[in-house]
Amino acid sequence: MKRRAFLKTAGVAGILAAGRAPAFAQGTRLNILRWVDFIPACDVELKRQAPEASKALGAEVVFEFINANDLQPRVTAAIQSGSGPDIIHMLHNWPHLYENGLVEVNDLAEWQAKDQGGFYAQSEAYVKVGGRFMALPHSIVPGLIAYRKSRLTEVGAATFPKTYEELRQVATKLKRKGHPYGQTLGHTFGDAPAWAYPLLWNFGGMETDQNGKTALDGKGTVEAVKFMTAFWKDACDEGGLAWDDTNNNRAFLAGEISATLNGASIYIAAKRGQDKIKDEKGEPMVRDIQHARLPAGPAGSWSYHTAFSHGVMKYGKNPKLAKDFLKWFHGSERFGRWFEVAEGFSVGATKQWERHPLWTTIDEPMRGFRTAPDNSRVIGYAGPPSAKATEVYSKYVIVDMFAKGAQGTKAEDAVKWAAGELNKIYG
Amino acid sequence: MKKTIAGGAGSAAGFEVALPHPRTSQPAPALTRFLENEGLLAAVLLAPTVLLLSLFIAYPFVMGVWLSLSSTSVGNPGEFVGLRNFVKAWNDSIFRTAFGNTFFYTFWATVFKLVLGMWLALLLNRHFRGKRLVRASMLLPFIVPTVLSTFAWRWMFDPTFSVLNWLLYQGGLITTKLPFLSDGTYGLWCAIVVNTWRGMPFFAITLLAGLQTISPDLHEAASLDGANGWHRFWHVTWPLLKPVTLVVVVFSVIQTFSDFQLIYVLTGGGPANATHLLATYAYQIGVATGLLGEGAAISLFMLPVLFIVVWVQLRYLRRLEGA
Repeated sequence: MKRRAFLKTAGVAGILAAGRAPAFAQGTRLNILRWVDFIPACDVELKRQAPEASKALGAEVVFEFINANDLQPRVTAAIQSGSGPDIIHMLHNWPHLYENGLVEVNDLAEWQAKDQGGFYAQSEAYVKVGGRFMALPHSIVPGLIAYRKSRLTEVGAATFPKTYEELRQVATKLKRKGHPYGQTLGHTFGDAPAWAYPLLWNFGGMETDQNGKTALDGKGTVEAVKFMTAFWKDACDEGGLAWDDTNNNRAFLAGEISATLNGASIYIAAKRGQDKIKDEKGEPMVRDIQHARLPAGPAGSWSYHTAFSHGVMKYGKNPKLAKDFLKWFHGSERFGRWFEVAEGFSVGATKQWERHPLWTTIDEPMRGFRTAPDNSRVIGYAGPPSAKATEVYSKYVIVDMFAKGAQGTKAEDAVKWAAGELNKIYG
Repeated sequence: MKKTIAGGAGSAAGFEVALPHPRTSQPAPALTRFLENEGLLAAVLLAPTVLLLSLFIAYPFVMGVWLSLSSTSVGNPGEFVGLRNFVKAWNDSIFRTAFGNTFFYTFWATVFKLVLGMWLALLLNRHFRGKRLVRASMLLPFIVPTVLSTFAWRWMFDPTFSVLNWLLYQGGLITTKLPFLSDGTYGLWCAIVVNTWRGMPFFAITLLAGLQTISPDLHEAASLDGANGWHRFWHVTWPLLKPVTLVVVVFSVIQTFSDFQLIYVLTGGGPANATHLLATYAYQIGVATGLLGEGAAISLFMLPVLFIVVWVQLRYLRRLEGA
């Protein structure tokens, strides 16, 4: 039986049922480019799965891992040169920007949604371009505020602040004690937009209106920037302007900061390294860490959680093989094993994973991550996700607007600058 | 065929060697005729270089010019848009910051490299024990890959764990951390420091080579005439070193003006685009954001500036040589 005919009739299920590899040409190789996971064990698990995938698909499956901030340049270079990895890890709404370089995967998305309980709205919106799935949703890394319970207690906060203003007051006291709030406003893929976009929304600002016309220059946005200016000066580690996504992890684990918006990687690192990572009393720091959602602003309490997907590259020589791999890789069995290794740092792109047994045995401070994606808005809000919104994200316009405020630019001027940038992009 | 060749006056000193058939017996082979044609030979010898230059310099350059005149973005071939990308760049506040930063960075880094490099070269031109070891080790910053050394500097300037801040604090010189990389002005000066550290050895070693060509007799004569150290430098060393200095400065200006690695690793253009140079901003727009046409236009803004700098300096150099 020929390879194409075999796969066409049997698919991956057939391959597995047949118990032998299809007759791929010798030397067939499938390259998958992904970020370097903040949970190193997750990448170890993928490397462990690679030979399994190679055996199941009859092709050599190879993972390559690079810094997430270097992914976009690699995508551009690969698409323009027409060569590179067969599958690339996509973050946020990137599939909208790279639509022309991606293979449509409607069939796989339909299968995955049906198989695993339907996608979160955010995951679907980010990969669906003009009604077509241009990448297959894989996971979400929710962002919650990791904080030191003892430090908050020291300044009289029994629970985590419920509003931004309360947070500013508490964090101001923390800063006076030498352990401020830590937040990046640098050009970095995850923590910076995960803070900046919700801050905009929660004060009533928006990037565009529902029709996709720029609507940034408004009262809500100005108020959000004013808050940022005060919060930065009063409560934050001002070095955060030069942080990337890793700095706050290091600063938190070194005891330099008291709270920071992050994925669960701080807690997991503290837990796995509890012999070394101690608090001021010499106790494992992990026992002092708790998580909270972003506080509420005058217009609500929305979050932004980074969604991940996998895109099959159009220039690839084996798009069919790549899609077969994704079906194998995103299947409940393989994803489930990886999901368990992630220990709640990454959650599924579909709701089925909220019911996974992991959540019943996981540490209490981690439980908030289970349903965290339920209050996420998407980049470009209130308009639909689009390539323009991806461009705004890629240029860090919203992040820079807040960074300007933090650096002392008058809120109205920072907003005016950002609105001007948006007008150039949206036209 | 064997032939006897006479050596000296008598046949007794002769010896026998094998010689090829006489050339005159048949026309020269085509290859020989071809090689004897200087014009053709030159073309053949130059061809690989021309090919390589065309492939790796001319083609990317022409491609860059074309991209800058088009609306090409990632995955979209785009269309001809004339000078629209250049106009858009010029009206972009971040571009103007990057443009100004590039001049500022190039000017100060070159001045520091020249002054410190000259000072180092003059020191190394003296005789002292371990001279060779010092000269060799001085090249280390230049030899270590820029990305690696810049990473080391980034750690030293780290916003949270900076060893420099720690030292200054422990020494009682500061009470709060200096915002090395989290403030635009500090960030740009940090980049200038690192560039100077990295590029100074190139200046020093080249100027040292120039210094060694200056005859000690000239200094001796000047000393006899009563010239002090400064006078000897200004009236003897500097005029003779000027051509070498100009060449080094030209090279340095070209490299510094188009610097990418250092800023990319050290600040990434941040905070809030305050330390972008033209090269890093072009990369941010063209490669990271995928707007290839706009990115190419930004990078091409470097071309006329560098062309003018090189032209003026080479012209000056030629005049010096003529004199």
